[in-house]
Amino acid sequence: MAFLELSGIQKRFGDVAAVQDFDLAAERGEFVSFLGPSGCGKTTTLRMIAGFERPTAGSIAIDGKDVTHQAPNQRNVGMVFQSYALFPNMNVASNIGFGLKIRKRPKADVDRRVAELLELIHLEGRGDRFPWQLSGGQQQRVALARALAIEPTVLLLDEPLSALDAKIRVALRHEIRQIQRQLGITTVYVTHDQEEALELSDRIVVMSEGRIEQIGTPFEIYNFPATSFVASFVGTLNAMDATIVDASAGRLSLAGHEIRTTSKLAGSAGSAVTIALRPEMIALTSPDGSNVVAVSPMKGMSGSNRLPGTVADIAFLGSVVRVRTTVGPDAIPVFVDTFNNPNLAVPAAGSPIVLGFPPEACLVLGRDVVPDRTDALAAAEAML
Amino acid sequence: MTGSGTNRLGQGIEAMQGESLDPPVQRERKSPLRFAWWAIFILGITYFFLPLIGTFAFSLRAVPPSSAYTAILEDPKFFASLGYSFVVGFITIIISISLLVPTAFWVRLRLPRARPYVEFVTLLPFVIPPIVLVFGLISTFSRPPLPFTHTDIGSTALLVFGYVVLSFPYMYRAIDTGLRAMDIQSLTEAAQSLGSGWLRILIQVILPNLRVALLSGAFLTLAIVVGEFTIATFLARKVFSVYLSQLGDIAPYQQSAVALVSFGLTWIAMGFIALLGRGSRSRVTITGAR
Repeated sequence: MAFLELSGIQKRFGDVAAVQDFDLAAERGEFVSFLGPSGCGKTTTLRMIAGFERPTAGSIAIDGKDVTHQAPNQRNVGMVFQSYALFPNMNVASNIGFGLKIRKRPKADVDRRVAELLELIHLEGRGDRFPWQLSGGQQQRVALARALAIEPTVLLLDEPLSALDAKIRVALRHEIRQIQRQLGITTVYVTHDQEEALELSDRIVVMSEGRIEQIGTPFEIYNFPATSFVASFVGTLNAMDATIVDASAGRLSLAGHEIRTTSKLAGSAGSAVTIALRPEMIALTSPDGSNVVAVSPMKGMSGSNRLPGTVADIAFLGSVVRVRTTVGPDAIPVFVDTFNNPNLAVPAAGSPIVLGFPPEACLVLGRDVVPDRTDALAAAEAML
Repeated sequence: MTGSGTNRLGQGIEAMQGESLDPPVQRERKSPLRFAWWAIFILGITYFFLPLIGTFAFSLRAVPPSSAYTAILEDPKFFASLGYSFVVGFITIIISISLLVPTAFWVRLRLPRARPYVEFVTLLPFVIPPIVLVFGLISTFSRPPLPFTHTDIGSTALLVFGYVVLSFPYMYRAIDTGLRAMDIQSLTEAAQSLGSGWLRILIQVILPNLRVALLSGAFLTLAIVVGEFTIATFLARKVFSVYLSQLGDIAPYQQSAVALVSFGLTWIAMGFIALLGRGSRSRVTITGAR
């Protein structure tokens, strides 16, 4: 049995269904992220685990014990808030020791535990500071220590890094992951930042409009999106309309050119499908093959699709150069990403170009389409 | 290149030195405005201090001039009435805080839609005059089963109840302003997740962070209680305002001296509140004043 189990969870606010048919089984020590846009129900689900909201239907069990109707102060669940929520009238040590004092632990034990946690969050000697004397990053570390002090069964983090600067955010998320691994605590993390979710999580639950779109490891979520929402929300994606030519052979027509996919197609010839291509999976060469602008990481896979196009413009994004191209008579935009290097010879806007990608990189989207995991996993292994 | 750059920079500095920071047109516009500000300020000062100066001058007409002030110290009724008013004031403050902090907290946290109604109820003392309130109290509590007016303690309790109602607009607004400055939902939920119950949340998390707001509300309540006359007169309570009124009939100079001394005590109370609020990061604000 899973350590944290949410079964058939639903939450309605009047006529509005905030969360529907939510099922999740997280193992002990697992780091699970809820990822989705604002209003998708991720925070509501987290608040139901904490006990601040009561599910309209379904049950929540922690370590085999049903806590669905238990008060939040009886659940022993640690929570870290976006706004830190440190008690302004208490210093750092009192904030961290607050939960332990409620549990009537001896003063010596409280002091020892507070010192341990201050060391864990690298704020030794700052126990007598008040929250307003600390930076945002330090305050959030104290909030984390306060939540960990009570040795919670589950740690819940509600967009804890959203209010911080970009650099501090990156540093602190490494710290959170390190502490979580060190303590082996089951953690649920809510974020709308895909980079955060991909870096931190053992598994990601992608949500949209109160429903789970996909549950999987960061690798699965990024490389094998189950729905067009997941594909478009996680990472940058080129989504294009194509027509099935021969479903059994995986042949499609895109912008007047025939391409192949390894995804299994369910539909007859002439049916419309949406295909997805990650920008970094596309190779870019000049028509005569003399200048290679971008190389697909899946180069050398079973054959290659080729689409002639035109360079529309080029965006320099630091480590990555994003080339916007157009293909076909309707000038369908296709983004191509390549790593920046000082010798990169990017063709000028308006230059003809050829886009190449292997059939394995060509994903077909939709709930009804099941990607061929055998081929896809083989492709992933080849990449690694 | 460098030379020309330096020259240009030098020209720029010269140009800046030649220019006044305030263009002449702007200065001309500012002068009448500044004069108006000073005129308003002097008018305000005169409006507030002229009656005080007049009262002080009147109190010195006694023979000898200081006799009105020395008489205060010799009059036991002064200390008795002032002491009684302060005791009633402190009890009023404690009851008012005990009633309104949980109410305002709960309304903000769980019943935000009820806020306009609660605000309306707390504003009723502005609409219902004290004379109506005291007649209501007397007619309800002067016969069995609750004959409060039959005893001294009962009458004092009625006085406190009346004052608690009078304090609602000031105390509720002060508390509400204090709560608005905090993220009470996150603080409450953080405390709950750490195992805290409602009483502990109120006492250890909410109340300490409302210190300045409570002091503001308490000061206003005390000021109202010390100055209130109607309810105290009809309940036959010997409070400070009744003493002051009676003094006017027998010793007008002494009455002026007592009025000035009570004014001084009010300033001391304000200073005391400012002193207590100094430790806090937020400033003392008096809210809800009529």
